[in-house]
Amino acid sequence: MKFRFTEEQRMLQESAERFLQEHSSTAVARAAAHLPAGLDLSLWQQITGTLGWQAVVVPEDQEGLGLGVVELAVLLEQSGARLSPVPLYASAISALALRSTPASPTRDGLLRAIASGEIVSLAHTDARPHWDDRGVDVTATQAEDNWCLSGSARFVSGGAAAAHLLVVARVDNVPALFAVPADHAGVSVRHQVTLDQTRSMANVTLSDVTLGSDAALVLDWGRSLSTALDLARVLVAAEQVGCAQRALDMTLEYVAERVQFGRTIASFQAVKHKAADMMLKVESARSLMLYAACTADAWLRDAVDDTELREAAAMVASSAGDAAFFVTGTGIQLHGGVGITEEYDIQLYFKRARALESYLGRPDEARETIAQLLLDEPASRGAPRAA
Amino acid sequence: MQLEFSREDEQFRGQVADWLRDNLCGAFEVIRGRGGPGDEHHFVEERKDWERCLAEGGWTCIGWPEEWGGRGASIEQQVIFNEEYARAGGPGRMGHIGETLTGPTLLAFGSDDQKRRFLPDIRSGQSFWCQGYSEPAAGSDLSNIKTRAEWDDQAAVWRFYGQKVWTSLAHESDFIFVLARTDPAERGHRGLGFFLVPLAQEGIDIRPINQLTGTAEFNEVFFDGAVCGADDLVGEAGDGWRVAMGLLGFERGVSTLGQQMLFQVELDEVVRLAKLNGAGQQPALRQRIAEAHIGLRTLRYNSLRMLSGEQDGSLSREAMIYKLAWSSWHRNLGKLAMDVLGPDAELVESGPYELNRLQSLFLFTRADTIYGGTNQIQRNLIAERALGMPREPRGDQ
Repeated sequence: MKFRFTEEQRMLQESAERFLQEHSSTAVARAAAHLPAGLDLSLWQQITGTLGWQAVVVPEDQEGLGLGVVELAVLLEQSGARLSPVPLYASAISALALRSTPASPTRDGLLRAIASGEIVSLAHTDARPHWDDRGVDVTATQAEDNWCLSGSARFVSGGAAAAHLLVVARVDNVPALFAVPADHAGVSVRHQVTLDQTRSMANVTLSDVTLGSDAALVLDWGRSLSTALDLARVLVAAEQVGCAQRALDMTLEYVAERVQFGRTIASFQAVKHKAADMMLKVESARSLMLYAACTADAWLRDAVDDTELREAAAMVASSAGDAAFFVTGTGIQLHGGVGITEEYDIQLYFKRARALESYLGRPDEARETIAQLLLDEPASRGAPRAA
Repeated sequence: MQLEFSREDEQFRGQVADWLRDNLCGAFEVIRGRGGPGDEHHFVEERKDWERCLAEGGWTCIGWPEEWGGRGASIEQQVIFNEEYARAGGPGRMGHIGETLTGPTLLAFGSDDQKRRFLPDIRSGQSFWCQGYSEPAAGSDLSNIKTRAEWDDQAAVWRFYGQKVWTSLAHESDFIFVLARTDPAERGHRGLGFFLVPLAQEGIDIRPINQLTGTAEFNEVFFDGAVCGADDLVGEAGDGWRVAMGLLGFERGVSTLGQQMLFQVELDEVVRLAKLNGAGQQPALRQRIAEAHIGLRTLRYNSLRMLSGEQDGSLSREAMIYKLAWSSWHRNLGKLAMDVLGPDAELVESGPYELNRLQSLFLFTRADTIYGGTNQIQRNLIAERALGMPREPRGDQ
């Protein structure tokens, strides 16, 4: 039992921290908000060209690094801490989604595209208001050898700069996964301005998009959609932990400088106790996030079943979602008046925490998932994973 | 990252579980699951017998070096032992102060003579210890010790005058370790001594403190001329604070997973009740039950991080939040248990005031956020030691 990073993971963490500290300040994040796709593509090129983060969970057969969710979590925590305007999450969840689809030339090509730094975005839901299969709006119909897709998806991370979209569409009301080139006729991708200004989101509209039979990566993707969302929740939690940790750090820096009544406000017990509560939440969320990342890796190895993954994802969605919102909100409070100005960065973290808290389901919805596992009859649980 | 224990450690787990299954039965059946916090004063004689049974099997003091009768067990093995002990329903350990506090203190700071005189009887379950730290004026401010240790030149003994309080099981123990002021001119951390004092003697008066639960496991211990020998002082006179603080660092969280196993039993009981009486279909309670489940799992992974940390003795960030985290969680569980019970929570069904397990849990967990450093003191410690914020000023300096 060694519930701590290996030497390699620690080195990855340190190098990511160093790189982003130097190249991904909040000024970079603020500037990217005004770029067409809401992304800093030159920063992304630097990352894909020299660091290879986009390829972390791409299998080695497809020119990836073949590493796991723990390594991804290490990176996403750091990019979350810097609000880095790069499609790291988008690439990661797409690669993980593709890993759970059967091998085919299309699938392998997409994994290679991700490894080479091309952006592939998962377009799975319209989220009105459900994030799971109930939110899938796109429908696919088969005509002779072709597929025809129509409908819309929102909250497509990195979508406005994507070369390829992984579109979840209903085939006879069952979710299926399609590969759709972003520049294909009938595909419209529009950058979406969000309350959180620094995490790129897009809307995708498909109008009679006609694709060959090889575009269907897998039919009957319902169970995999559900597990892909659980993996996504683990990745989001890593960003949340990074966001919360950085918000705590910048708040500590501020209260150590600010003087009132002839002393730094950091010396007031009321402030110290809030800071202690912030750390309690961050460290607790971090412990669960590391567990959830290990569980995700175990799931990828077939060592645990879907239910265990779902439980881990729901636990960390509840914990990290609440932690990031509490810590960034308390961060604004401890900044006092300047906390609500545009100039100070704490507001960016607060907005990010708000966005991530509701992305893929609120913390209370995650707790309801746990309640179902604990309190309801086994019949209402998901089917156990096939051997 | 590796969440699983090694194959050797899992074999050790099987060995512990087998032994407990074969021995925690028969005459000991009655003490299964008894004697935990809030219940420590029950089945004392049976639990002392159990300590001797454990000792014969070689299951006391497993973390001590083999030279002193331990197994030199690794941190992992100690964790596993505690986990299996709790899983088997092992009773609250009568010997835990001697094993986890007195023993390690003597191993680190004691003389060879002290080790020879005290360690074997702790190891064999023959002598039981209690802790003499807190005083009426020295609670959170522990260094404000008023109990005096005066050297009696004529009799060549140390004599004690003063009062200790919140001493668990003093009336069932053989010895108390006492933090007392050896130099009346000094204040705070300076001028203290750490003494090993027999309880069965003139000049010691033990009085139980009746608690809100209707039970009494804490005591006041009054000293009026009670004595110990010159060779019962650990370290030097004036050195007591260093010894006392060293003692607090020994535990390193090996019992946390065992503690969580007991918490899990309590939570399972709450979940079982909620399914039975329909409380588990109320949305607000579903949220809180889920939160309790998540909170307990969080404690587990906090502990695993803590136990996997660098073994340099420094307290990591996750170790510093641990007391605040578990005490708050446990207190909330007590309230959740009441809310799941509903109207019946209020009814006392036996004796004049014989509480059921959950009622006792509810009331006694109010102590969790107070003893061993209140939540307020914990927040000060986190802010000052983990986050580097300014220290609280003292009012008397």
